[in-house]
Amino acid sequence: MTAPVVDRAGSALRQPSARRADRRAGAVQGRRRLTGVLLVLPALLLLGTFFLYPLARTVVMSTFTWPLLGNRAFIGLGNYLEAFGDQAFLSAIGFTLVYTLVVTPVLLAVGLVLAGLVQRRTRAARIFQTVYFLPVVIGLASASYLFLFLWQPVIGPTTNLLAGLGVLDVTTNLFGDAVGAFVVVLLLVVWKTAGLQMLLLLSGFQSIPQEVNEAAAVDGATGWQRFVHVTLPLLRPTLALVLVFSVAGSLLAFDQFYILTAGGPDNSTITAVYQIFRSSFIQLDLGYGAALSLLLMLVLGLVSAGQLLLLRNSDHS
Amino acid sequence: MTATSAPPVPRASGASPSGAAGRPRPRGRLAEVRASMPRAAWAVVCSALAVLVLYPLGVLVVRALTGPDGSVGLANFARLAASTGGISLLTGLGNSVFVSLTVTAVTVVVSTLAGYAFARMPFPGSTVVFFVVLVTFMIPFQAIITPLFLTLIQVGLHDSLVGLALVLATFNLPFGIFLMRNSFAAIPATLEDAALLDGCTPLQAARRVMLPLAVPGLVSTALLTFFAAWNDFFATLILINDQAKYTLPVSLNILAAGQNNAVDWGLMQAGVAVTVVPCVIIYLLLQKYYVAGLINGAIK
Repeated sequence: MTAPVVDRAGSALRQPSARRADRRAGAVQGRRRLTGVLLVLPALLLLGTFFLYPLARTVVMSTFTWPLLGNRAFIGLGNYLEAFGDQAFLSAIGFTLVYTLVVTPVLLAVGLVLAGLVQRRTRAARIFQTVYFLPVVIGLASASYLFLFLWQPVIGPTTNLLAGLGVLDVTTNLFGDAVGAFVVVLLLVVWKTAGLQMLLLLSGFQSIPQEVNEAAAVDGATGWQRFVHVTLPLLRPTLALVLVFSVAGSLLAFDQFYILTAGGPDNSTITAVYQIFRSSFIQLDLGYGAALSLLLMLVLGLVSAGQLLLLRNSDHS
Repeated sequence: MTATSAPPVPRASGASPSGAAGRPRPRGRLAEVRASMPRAAWAVVCSALAVLVLYPLGVLVVRALTGPDGSVGLANFARLAASTGGISLLTGLGNSVFVSLTVTAVTVVVSTLAGYAFARMPFPGSTVVFFVVLVTFMIPFQAIITPLFLTLIQVGLHDSLVGLALVLATFNLPFGIFLMRNSFAAIPATLEDAALLDGCTPLQAARRVMLPLAVPGLVSTALLTFFAAWNDFFATLILINDQAKYTLPVSLNILAAGQNNAVDWGLMQAGVAVTVVPCVIIYLLLQKYYVAGLINGAIK
């Protein structure tokens, strides 16, 4: 993702230096560079104040016991050592990983099916694209409050619908047990984000030259064979991207669990970000929260690196 | 579809030669039948899925429009505006509009300036700076929310909508800069050179010649930023304490908590509707830009 960008910017840098023929051009060039610096300045000011400085501070804070009120003390790697023995944190990590491992393939499969369905260049297909993408623009929090209502026992419309079909009892409270709550969250996330996966995969499909598929068809490949042996390999960069989107999104899950389950029942649906939130803003142990944040960042960094590696490999093949 | 354009592949032994040589008519008719059958099936499957996708939204609209006495109308919205659920919808709406528009304005202006510099006015070290911007893109803001909270206290923007807006704008900056840089880089350099030869200063050329051509990218940036700000829950939940300053998504939390241990679902779904409907309308109107922005940002 970054490599071509850097190359282009690099060549743009070299170009002007060749033009330094006379002094006037040099002065113009100098003023142009100064303008460039000035134009970037507001962005750097914001990113510095609200991103890089807090980031550096996270690192420092993670080596302190840092209660919101009261005395702080340097404890080195103490917070990290505590984290590795903290049952609540470890089970939050475990739950987040399970959640990610379940959500990712489901989202990918649904996204692929939707993309395959709306791939045609007809008016009807475009309308279906618009419909399937619609939930993506709705906030995850609003969608969660909507699903909270849909699945309420006794009064929830979906609960009533399924009870009418004989699937479950109308008094069933899915939020009351870990598996039921997980299923509702899964349905919510699929409803809310499969459209995004569809869109990205669709643009991946469209970047595959038509001739390749036609050639395979002429050679007698069935639809499924063409999909597995032609489409999927050529789709690899897009697949890597889509996977990272859903993996990163799942590892950072918070809103849906905060709203739908409040981490319950019995703290069984506490995610990593939720645990950081609880450490920092409920137990008010900011240093410990910072250490957990850095551990989470490390995991996400590894995922991003994995993505870049996947993308790079596909460039060479 | 033409058999001649296919390169000969030695591995496909049996089926290929006979199909290519004969091109028998019955196979074509069969293909026609097979093609029309799936078309009907396709329409059925797609429509069924569309019903599934739209069902929650349909329920939302029906419940929001059903008043406490079962009548159909805007009763829930009127009650929301009158703070029946312990929070005024109008305040929440005003806060949301203020934060979202401020975030969008700041992000669009700042990322247009920076994007232009990275694309057209490189300076020594600009490559490195751009790389740093891209790296911040990969770091989740959830991870730095605690020190951010402390930083806002330090600069006197604690529990303030302006502080929240600046933070949300910063989170959206890397993506915006990336999109705007790509938009400006895609414009041929000769256009700017021509404007400079005609006597424009570099900034005039930027404003009068380059900027109008980058409008699609600008609209994409604005839309993506607006949606992100409008729908933000996590940052607002943590950075804003005063209920009078809650934006819509966080206000819903109060409605969901209910009063006297009873949740007023009609009231709450009306609140969800107010939060959701502007996004749906904007999306339907400006879909083209929104989708283009997503794809350009994600795939390029």
